[in-house]
Amino acid sequence: MSAATTNDYALQPDEGAGVVASVASALPDEPLTTIQSTNSWGLFDFQEIWAHRELLYFLTWRDLKVRYKQTLLGVLWIVMQPLLMTLIFTVVLGKLARVPTGGVPYALIAFVGLIAWMFISNGIFGCSTSMVANANLITKIYFPRVLVPVSFIGTRILDLFMSLIILAVFLLIYRFGLHAHIQIGWSLAGLPLIILLATLFTLSLGILLAALNVKYRDISMALPVLIQLWMFLSPVVYPASIIPPQWQRLYSLNPVVGLIEGFRGTLLGTGFNKFAIAVSTVTTLVLIFVAAIVFNRVEKKFADVI
Amino acid sequence: MKPIVKVHNVAKRYRIGSAETASDLRETIYKAFRAPFRRYKKNLNGDGDAATTLWALKDISFEVQPGEIFGIIGRNGAGKSTLLKILSRVTQPTTGHIELFGRMGSLLEVGTGFHPELTGRENVFLNGAVLGMARAEIRRKFDEIIAFAEIERFLDTPVKHYSSGMYMRLAFAVAAFLEPEILVVDEVLAVGDVEFQQKCLGKMGDLRRHGRTVLIVSHNMASIVNLCQRALLLERGKIIADGVPADVIQKYLSQAKSVLGQIVWPDLETAPGNDDVRLRSVSILQEGIVGPTADVGISKEVLVEIVYENLKAGAPLYSGIWLKTGSGTFVLSSGNAPSMSLAVDPWYAQPHPRGTFRSVCRIPGNFLNEGSYSITAIVGKSPQNTQILEESIVSFQVHDTGEMRKEYLGSWAGPVVRPRLAWNTRHIES
Repeated sequence: MSAATTNDYALQPDEGAGVVASVASALPDEPLTTIQSTNSWGLFDFQEIWAHRELLYFLTWRDLKVRYKQTLLGVLWIVMQPLLMTLIFTVVLGKLARVPTGGVPYALIAFVGLIAWMFISNGIFGCSTSMVANANLITKIYFPRVLVPVSFIGTRILDLFMSLIILAVFLLIYRFGLHAHIQIGWSLAGLPLIILLATLFTLSLGILLAALNVKYRDISMALPVLIQLWMFLSPVVYPASIIPPQWQRLYSLNPVVGLIEGFRGTLLGTGFNKFAIAVSTVTTLVLIFVAAIVFNRVEKKFADVI
Repeated sequence: MKPIVKVHNVAKRYRIGSAETASDLRETIYKAFRAPFRRYKKNLNGDGDAATTLWALKDISFEVQPGEIFGIIGRNGAGKSTLLKILSRVTQPTTGHIELFGRMGSLLEVGTGFHPELTGRENVFLNGAVLGMARAEIRRKFDEIIAFAEIERFLDTPVKHYSSGMYMRLAFAVAAFLEPEILVVDEVLAVGDVEFQQKCLGKMGDLRRHGRTVLIVSHNMASIVNLCQRALLLERGKIIADGVPADVIQKYLSQAKSVLGQIVWPDLETAPGNDDVRLRSVSILQEGIVGPTADVGISKEVLVEIVYENLKAGAPLYSGIWLKTGSGTFVLSSGNAPSMSLAVDPWYAQPHPRGTFRSVCRIPGNFLNEGSYSITAIVGKSPQNTQILEESIVSFQVHDTGEMRKEYLGSWAGPVVRPRLAWNTRHIES
């Protein structure tokens, strides 16, 4: 047996020549790929991204698998964090400070605010560090680099759905068990749109920061502090309605206001602030454009810099 | 024939310690304020500051024919890995371009993307996707991959519990089933045990039989000689030789002018020895290589040259060497006494006049194994009366050039020597 395998690769000089000739004659006239320096200002190459969709699927799948394998309680941890925070804020702000919520139970206001905020803030932070975290892939394999932050957001969307399921249970308990004053109805139809908007906002800001973080590692140092600050400037543990009317416009310039209030409006029927949502939409569109240009510009150098 | 890979004037520049390294924001802001036009000026000048730029590759042009197994060799820092990274599109060339007339797959490392928490089965799919295989393709080849890696029993065990051998086997197995038209590979042959290496090399041969084109970077001279039809030698980012592997490897060895192959004491006063005799130099030489060398080919004689200065007229002198492996195993001890040498050395035990003498000991070719060795130089009045003994002062590396690897391509690691011995088999009974 071993003799046979040995002979396998003791090739005669012209062995395989026939195959080679047929391969050679089948070569295309134009090169399939041309490798050269491309320093153009451009947007994403969607054709390349589409060609690598399987890799995107597997990167997302890997992150999910690993997360659920490492922890004993798996799914539970994902919803525990907003649940525990809701409990704390309900006691502190809901019961002690008695933040006015317009009749909707404070716990629900806080829970929706927290799951929306955690989706956005964890998404931004995770995206921004994802390139560095996947340096081993980036320096060894070619693929559109943007797949790394996109796959990260993919896992976050699943987490969001987990939290929404828990929320659905609460809503039913509050509505039918405790007869709370909640308007659940047609506004729910807007949920997919608000999730899409929040995802695009998070992703584009995350991609922009990811590109910058490869070069300036300070970003990942500064972000946690900035995110903390941002949380209190956003209607996360309080409804936007507690802001005095004369300050509403200014307050709503924070794009996260429209997003979180959008989640509340669709899920709890608390109404919509059209101005705030418009701000979020415009900000997101601008961010997508800026992120695409910046990321595309620095993408080529990631492997050299990272 | 029409080439499948065309490389035109590729060059790659790295900036050292400036704009392209991961820096902190503070530095960038500081620089921007201090010299707002510096960046602009640098762009005008083109190349930038010579002290902060490094051309890892320059003027690289070559073509690879379909079905060719093309080897790239060179020492560390010659630019092999940079070239491979450009070919595999991980990084872009600064100037020049490469045209690929086929689907390219690359393998810069085995097991890229492997996750320790995932099982063998899951990692096969993940790694396959990372290497560019479609899910259906992986599913189709799955059983073969597992059989190749010989890990059937541990398929559903997280790979963090694997032995390093199993891990490497699985990682290589996935890669071995990658079937692009052009495969770009970095030194991955040196993994696993001997038997597994054989399988891997067999797989390489298969690729060639199927008309695939392979570009391979390797330190393993033997695999280059036996697998490749052509080889390229890089030195400081430039192509030094391009042609038949055996010639290119000879060139590689002759380029290897390392100071380690010689030790010289320019000042006689401080040279090892005493008032009777002192060492001048000890060198390693080989035919076909100009000057002393720390790198020698396995099939040719290795010459150990001891030059000493006799300071006392009329003294009889003797010279000898010890040969040890890099890890310290004593291989042999030899001297120029008639009973120890093949020919009579005319100066052995003869009264030496004052002056410089040169003793050369010839270690036969096809005798040492590949690996590193050190020489201890000995000069004495007789074998019993040693005057100078300089332990392991010169070392050299024996490189496999493929002469003993026509039939067997696996590892020779282990033995200290690798002589050719007489063999004869007879049919004595039916």
